[in-house]
Amino acid sequence: MPENGRTDTGPTAEPMIRLEQLTKRYPGQDRPAVDRLDLDVPPGEIVVLLGPSGCGKTTTMKLINRLIEPTSGTILLDGEDVTRADPDALRRRIGYAIQQTGLFPHRSVADNVATVPRMLGWDRKRVAGRVDELLTLVGLDPDTYRGRLPRQLSGGQQQRVGVARALGADPEVMLMDEPFGAIDPLTRETLQNEFLRIQSELGKTIVFVTHDIDEAVKMGDRIAIFNAGSGIEQYDTPERILTEPATPFVSEFVGSGAAIKRLTLSRVGDVPVPDWPSIGQDTHRDERAAAVRAGAREFLPLLDADRRPLGWVPADASGDVLDRGLPIVTRIGPGDSLFAALDAMLAANSSAVVVVDDAGAYRGVLDLETILSTVHTDAGPAVPRPGTVATPGTV
Amino acid sequence: MAVVSEQGAAPAAGGTPGPGTKGPRARWATHLVRPAIVVVALVVLYLYVSSRQLDSIERRSLNAAYILSRTWQHVQLTAIVSVIILLVAVPLGVLLTRDGVSRFSGPVLTLANISQAIPSIGLIVLFAVAFLSLPVYAIAVLAFVIHGVLPIVRNTIAGIGQVDRSVIEAARGMGMTKLGVLVSVELPLAVPVILAGVRTTLTITTGTVALATFIGAGGLGDIISNGLASNRNIVLVTGSVLVAALALLIDWLAAIAEDNLAPRGV
Repeated sequence: MPENGRTDTGPTAEPMIRLEQLTKRYPGQDRPAVDRLDLDVPPGEIVVLLGPSGCGKTTTMKLINRLIEPTSGTILLDGEDVTRADPDALRRRIGYAIQQTGLFPHRSVADNVATVPRMLGWDRKRVAGRVDELLTLVGLDPDTYRGRLPRQLSGGQQQRVGVARALGADPEVMLMDEPFGAIDPLTRETLQNEFLRIQSELGKTIVFVTHDIDEAVKMGDRIAIFNAGSGIEQYDTPERILTEPATPFVSEFVGSGAAIKRLTLSRVGDVPVPDWPSIGQDTHRDERAAAVRAGAREFLPLLDADRRPLGWVPADASGDVLDRGLPIVTRIGPGDSLFAALDAMLAANSSAVVVVDDAGAYRGVLDLETILSTVHTDAGPAVPRPGTVATPGTV
Repeated sequence: MAVVSEQGAAPAAGGTPGPGTKGPRARWATHLVRPAIVVVALVVLYLYVSSRQLDSIERRSLNAAYILSRTWQHVQLTAIVSVIILLVAVPLGVLLTRDGVSRFSGPVLTLANISQAIPSIGLIVLFAVAFLSLPVYAIAVLAFVIHGVLPIVRNTIAGIGQVDRSVIEAARGMGMTKLGVLVSVELPLAVPVILAGVRTTLTITTGTVALATFIGAGGLGDIISNGLASNRNIVLVTGSVLVAALALLIDWLAAIAEDNLAPRGV
């Protein structure tokens, strides 16, 4: 299926963006920058364009809003041929966010976010309302931030404003070129999670460019892997790219650790949690010790009256340990990935981790064996849309 | 969604200027130094001249009516030349940054460099000989415009050139027209650099306008030239100090304009 952006697993719905035989040839260069590219982007999905530097992924993205004019081929937006449409009008229908943010340094946050609505001639009141709505959406308090200038914001906040600005006139389609590329890993993680949450509410059709396979797997409903010759090697869901790379190029690009990357796609809530008894706080010391020794598990969680885990009771416990248990280092929520669960186990030097629900109540214990068996089951658990899961840290 | 940890990294809110810029009070203090110096110089000059017994030749140049009329001529000529330079140089600089035209910016800058390198006295006399039919006033204006156009053209090109490409790309990507990008992004962000060029041009022009006297176009140059012709040093010194004082005052006004016209956030 190389050189072909249409997948047999593709959706039946009309694509929101369809590129047909799209070609970009620069004068004086023998090889086209983009060569007869076909790509369908289904509505409401995040399609990640992934590939090494210079593979033409950014060029392809800019062909869609015609920041780069295609030499030949057709661009269909929601069924409409926009290859010859007025480019400025076209771009006002498409949100645009880039790595360097490109915020107007001389304009306030509110003015930046209001850029496209104002170009579309919205009245003042509607623009002001929209600005506040968008700032709230991206997690910036409007009263605090609307009057600030971009340089008075941190890098992460600038990216938030960049995303808010791209969402300005509520476009159906958004193009994002490494929007979280230039920020520290921690902030990046937060922004990715928040963006997925926003996307789960808004359901935009998004073309997302990155060179980072981990980001692609996390953000993408589908991934198009570009080779150095700007052809598409594989266009598929993240799971299938990780489990069934179509070509040697893809397996090399995905690199080692495909199995561990798959763990980021599976949620704790989707794997069967093994039977793991617990001990109530109202039990007596002796009962507790007996319960642990009687069971097959080396440790049992001690729960309070609201079923919140208080500590681990080991088989050889005595004295104070029987009263309070050993401290529980990490609690994992059903929305966390198996990767996070494995990470927690390794960090705590333990082979099991406590799973709690949103209220903090005991749901069970996930152990290493369960994770191992998940990795080795070819038909792994059904993967939910990334946007529908809770963000780490909120569980 | 809670506002996350990066909030702590943001600088304090409000209109406080960033690091490196002085508060308004300190800025006004520096702005007051220059007029004070000019006033002191003029007072010293006045006291010196009035302490001397002037002969009839000196009196012909050193009287209030004559000095005021020549100063007024000088200011007028400078203003006209500067306005014409602005009207020519900024659009020319902008044009030379547009797609398809920008390749001409090298040759045009070379030409402008040459025109500035020619001594302005040579330029003005050359023009006076070449365009005998034109009134002297027009010749003076033309010569000074050609001489002073370079700093603004160069700074307009440089000012627009230093605007972050990603800002322009983002603007275009959101559907802003090319004209819209120029007017609301490129020019506002180029203002500080353009104004620096304007300031240079104003100062140069104030000085060179003194040469207008050599083709009979008036100005404070008349006083200097009178002093030279009649070998009266006190007249010569008065004319020179007045030109210098005027140049300093105009530069001072331009500095204030620079401070107040620069866009916020840059």
